[in-house]
Amino acid sequence: MSSQPLDPRRLVGVHAERVTDVSSRDFPGHYPGEDHSWNLQRFKKNLKVKVQRLSNHSIEFDIVGVDASIANAFRRIMIAEVPAICIEHVFAFNNTSVIVDEVLAHRFGLVPLNVDPSLMEMRSPDDPPTDRNTLVFEVDVTCERNPKAPKGSTDPYELYINPEVLSSHITWSPAGEQAEVFADNAPAPTNPNIVLAKLRPGQQIHYQMHAVKGVGKDHAKFSPVATASYRLLPHIKITKPIPPHLAEKFQKCFSPGVIKINPRTREVSVDGNGARKDTVSREVLRHPEFTDSVELGRVRDYFLFNVESESAYRPERLLPEAIKVMREKLAIIKQAAEALREKSTTMDNDVVMTDV
Amino acid sequence: MVEDEDNEWGQLNLTNWKGLSATDPIKSVEDKWLLLPAFLKVKGLVKQHIDSFNYFVDVDIKNIVKANNKVTSDVDPRFWLKYTDINVGFPDRNEESSVDKKVTPNECRLRDTTYSAPIIVTIQYTRGKNIVQRNVNIGRLPIMLRSCKCVLTGRSEEQLARMIECPLDPGGYFVVKGTEKVILVQEQLSKNRIIVETDSAKGVVQASCTSSTHGGLKSKTYVATKKGKIYLRHNSIHEDIPIVIALKALGIQSDKEILLLTAGNTDAYKTAFSANLEDAAKLGVFTRHQALEYIGSRVKVNRRVMGPRRPAWEEALEALATIVLAHVPVKGLDFRSKAIFVATMTRRVLMAIDDEHMVDDRDYVGNKRLELAGQLLALLFEDLFKTYNSNLKNAIDKVLKKPSRTSEFDAFNTMRMQGDHLTSGFVRAISTGNWSLKRFKMERAGVTHVLSRLSFISALGMMTRISSQFEKTRKVSGPRALQPSQWGVLCPSDTPEGEACGLVKNLALMTHITTDVEEEPIIRLAFMLGVEDISLTTGTEIYGPHTFVVNVNGTIIGLTRYPTRFVAQFRKLRRARRFSEFVSIYINHHHRAVHIASDGGRICRPAIIVENGRSRVTSEHIQQLKKGTMTFDDFLKKGLVEYLDVNEENDTYIALYENDIVLTTTHLEIEPFTLLGAVAGLIPYPHHNQSPRNTYQCAMGKQAIGAIAYNQLNRIDTLLYLSVYPQQPMVKTKTIELVGYDKLPAGQNATVAVMSYSGFDRLADAPLDENGQISKKYDIIQLDGLAGVGERVDPGDVYVNKQTPSNAADNTFTGQAASVPYKNTPLTYKSPVSGNIDKVMISDTENDQTIVKVLIRQTRRPELGDKFSSRHGQKGVCGLIVNQEDMPFNDQGINPGN
Repeated sequence: MSSQPLDPRRLVGVHAERVTDVSSRDFPGHYPGEDHSWNLQRFKKNLKVKVQRLSNHSIEFDIVGVDASIANAFRRIMIAEVPAICIEHVFAFNNTSVIVDEVLAHRFGLVPLNVDPSLMEMRSPDDPPTDRNTLVFEVDVTCERNPKAPKGSTDPYELYINPEVLSSHITWSPAGEQAEVFADNAPAPTNPNIVLAKLRPGQQIHYQMHAVKGVGKDHAKFSPVATASYRLLPHIKITKPIPPHLAEKFQKCFSPGVIKINPRTREVSVDGNGARKDTVSREVLRHPEFTDSVELGRVRDYFLFNVESESAYRPERLLPEAIKVMREKLAIIKQAAEALREKSTTMDNDVVMTDV
Repeated sequence: MVEDEDNEWGQLNLTNWKGLSATDPIKSVEDKWLLLPAFLKVKGLVKQHIDSFNYFVDVDIKNIVKANNKVTSDVDPRFWLKYTDINVGFPDRNEESSVDKKVTPNECRLRDTTYSAPIIVTIQYTRGKNIVQRNVNIGRLPIMLRSCKCVLTGRSEEQLARMIECPLDPGGYFVVKGTEKVILVQEQLSKNRIIVETDSAKGVVQASCTSSTHGGLKSKTYVATKKGKIYLRHNSIHEDIPIVIALKALGIQSDKEILLLTAGNTDAYKTAFSANLEDAAKLGVFTRHQALEYIGSRVKVNRRVMGPRRPAWEEALEALATIVLAHVPVKGLDFRSKAIFVATMTRRVLMAIDDEHMVDDRDYVGNKRLELAGQLLALLFEDLFKTYNSNLKNAIDKVLKKPSRTSEFDAFNTMRMQGDHLTSGFVRAISTGNWSLKRFKMERAGVTHVLSRLSFISALGMMTRISSQFEKTRKVSGPRALQPSQWGVLCPSDTPEGEACGLVKNLALMTHITTDVEEEPIIRLAFMLGVEDISLTTGTEIYGPHTFVVNVNGTIIGLTRYPTRFVAQFRKLRRARRFSEFVSIYINHHHRAVHIASDGGRICRPAIIVENGRSRVTSEHIQQLKKGTMTFDDFLKKGLVEYLDVNEENDTYIALYENDIVLTTTHLEIEPFTLLGAVAGLIPYPHHNQSPRNTYQCAMGKQAIGAIAYNQLNRIDTLLYLSVYPQQPMVKTKTIELVGYDKLPAGQNATVAVMSYSGFDRLADAPLDENGQISKKYDIIQLDGLAGVGERVDPGDVYVNKQTPSNAADNTFTGQAASVPYKNTPLTYKSPVSGNIDKVMISDTENDQTIVKVLIRQTRRPELGDKFSSRHGQKGVCGLIVNQEDMPFNDQGINPGN
């Protein structure tokens, strides 16, 4: 990628003491005297989305050719507006543990559930709970002494039965048509080993809990991602050949795998896709022998996303879900804008901005 | 080969081998700081309080009783009652009916009772013609937690857990009527020492000495200049007495001797003093009798017992023997040592007139004494005990006055009827903090404070606090300034800001405060080491060219011609543990005096002894310490470590680090960071901070919300702040681990981003919901009239449905219990934020009154306006709470927050 000459307009300059060309223009990607009007074909040609790494819980992908506002919108939506299912109401029947109700309820709320949010409806504060918008969970754990505990043992798991309340103790009680809807994937915490409370003999926790659909804006527990962030692709341009005796030193100024040294010619170059491994630490700019031999930068419209899913969504589903949410939002804006236009044409005077 | 061998020989002969020379120290003592945990293990963080209380309970209380051990009757001369012993027992439950007498401090806290132990005296008295011996309980003494009389002392963590007590709790406080009370350390000017001061404005030079004896009498004697002449001044004498007359009255009749004892052979002093001799002659005082007559006519006489008027000289004799400079012993009217003391005071004045540098510094820590709980309790006990005895005497007299009795008089019964004068006296004094002891002219308020339990550190910080007796309004900077002599004994950082700045101080980590050590053996030892008795000497010897005066606790006992040798031998004996390690000795070259101190309240600290340029503590010793085969006490016993008080520090040359040791070095610092206190020690890298930041942090560290004690969930305090998720600090200091802050932490390790944020400071006022009258709701009340545990309490909710008899003040008995009218006095929840019932406790107090305690919990999240701070005195108020998606993030996706 960095081997091809890059449009210098796409670069954010990273210098020893400052960063240049940071801010985007009023009309991003537009320059005076040039035609940059939006063109679907051209956008399609420039836009590249590529998955770099995918695992069960995280995904790394690149989005190239969009403005930061768009990329950031996806990031924000993934954190705050893609819905998820979480425990929201806790009804305490008994709690004799050391941990108090409010705190324990909060902990239950933070447990990620494996429920696909698309199968449920949003529940407004005044809505009654129904089988469409609420899942009922129960936890009833009592700690007892283990009569068969080996003598002299100090391990709580040997001494007691149920010394810990785990997320696996949360059981789902189906209601109405839920048994059919969730037949192939019974609602449960995604991780069965989360310790929620510790118990000692005689202590009991008996809670009933209602899980609802919500978004991260309301409470961080509804956020489907553990983290969703992006960075810009680093850009390294070697402008002057590096003297062979300084090659290793130059290489060490960057993260491992960024700079490659030709073993025969001792020529220094950026290793193929190596630039993306760099942290842009600017170490190289501290050494006077490398002045003017390298230019550092970041590519303005090249976003390297890293998203960790901590919900029912597969990691690769998060971006499409975010796009879905964004389209819904756009539809609302579009509708409002059209309503506004209609109003202005019928009334035949200046457009008055009012609430839609 | 041959060449190589030659080389080896050559290398051996080199003065420098592998960078080391023959004179270099062999190896450095690694981990010598481990002496600090070893020290804290034996002494603990609040050892000064506990040691002082132990001394009172074990030693002082017996001395007081010994001094007041007889009760006689005015009516029957054959009757007498004698106290032969006194003992303080262990705390027990002061209820007749209880089967299990064992009591824990936590029970006292919960039940609002006093953690106290019985005081048992052994008495001998006459019953008819027999002498009877019995043990009587005369009252109860509140017991300091973790003292030798406390049930918590020496218990393992497991046993403490069973008693619902925190192993990290320092103790050193009292539980009185359910509240934890601390008697703060009080700072005072030392007693029985001469302090010379000048008033340059008035041109006055004065030497003063506050005498304090075990009888409790306190008086201040001055020797001061007035219009160029020197006078003796004392509260019990109306007029200033010319010094020569005073000396003549003390038995030094010849002018020559007076001059020798005061001015010696120094011409400058002689000239300055001569006018005084003239003065006495002018007043016609030449003999001792004339001097006594002169003083006697000016003595304030307060005669209670009517009797024949005594001649003036007799009054003077009594005043001089018992009131003036009361601490100097007068045996069989031998005034010699007192005369020499007055002469010394005069000489000090003469010295200060001649050279203005010869004045003393009141702010010097060596001139200060710290008064602790033990001393204050001893005073209180003495006062209460004397009143008790006079009450007892009156009661006995009353019985004996009756001409006929049905049975033989037994004083034991009278004693049992004496009520709880001592018990209530102790409880009243400790719970109000008012020490008003008319007998000792003591009127002090605010001696005790409620132990602050806002955080573990605030409780700990309170135990090391020292309050000063100086007025806060006085506009002098001297007492507030940092004194160089504070090094190592008082924390340089930990002091409040504002009006009490510099007056309230805190002890450093290794500070120890001494308790009284008997001085007679020390005096005997000094004489054995060749000190010449002072009463056999005259001014010629005292001020001779090579003589040094030897003082013990401010009293002159003798002379020595070889002070260095004497001091060295004395120290050798101390290091060999022939007497208490807390007895200090030092040479004052200005005054040509050797001072030995064994009195209580001196501030001292341990240091490693260095001999011949080498530390006495070696790596082997530390290895043994690590293995547990040696304790701190062994280090003291073997003479590897010794205690230095502030005065003795002046005789030493202490190396900060081992590589600083030179030939003249006498001691090595155990660890430099011990110069800070327990609170300042929690600051990471304090040497990188601007100094006031450390001071700010000392005040602020106490406000951090976190864990308070292991028993925090079993406490029912009026206000308790706990953190749900406290974290132990990632950056720890050694002090943090030593005080246990990592086990009871406060605060969290936050990820911090510093960036600019444009916006407005906007605070919306939360509308207060005030309807005027909130109707009482009884929803959460259960059958017993108390709210159920776990229930939510909203403003206006009743949580204790209490009824009180409407005529509670009316004590008349009406006969029918059922007809007593009751009125509702429910307890309603007042806070605007709703809470939850956390705990309900029902018990009864010492006088069988039912007590109900309801603990209400509010769970709070950080909100706008909450204060946050780092550990470096940097605080700020939360102005904005940002949503996750609005947070800045870095390349790795890391957010600020935690």
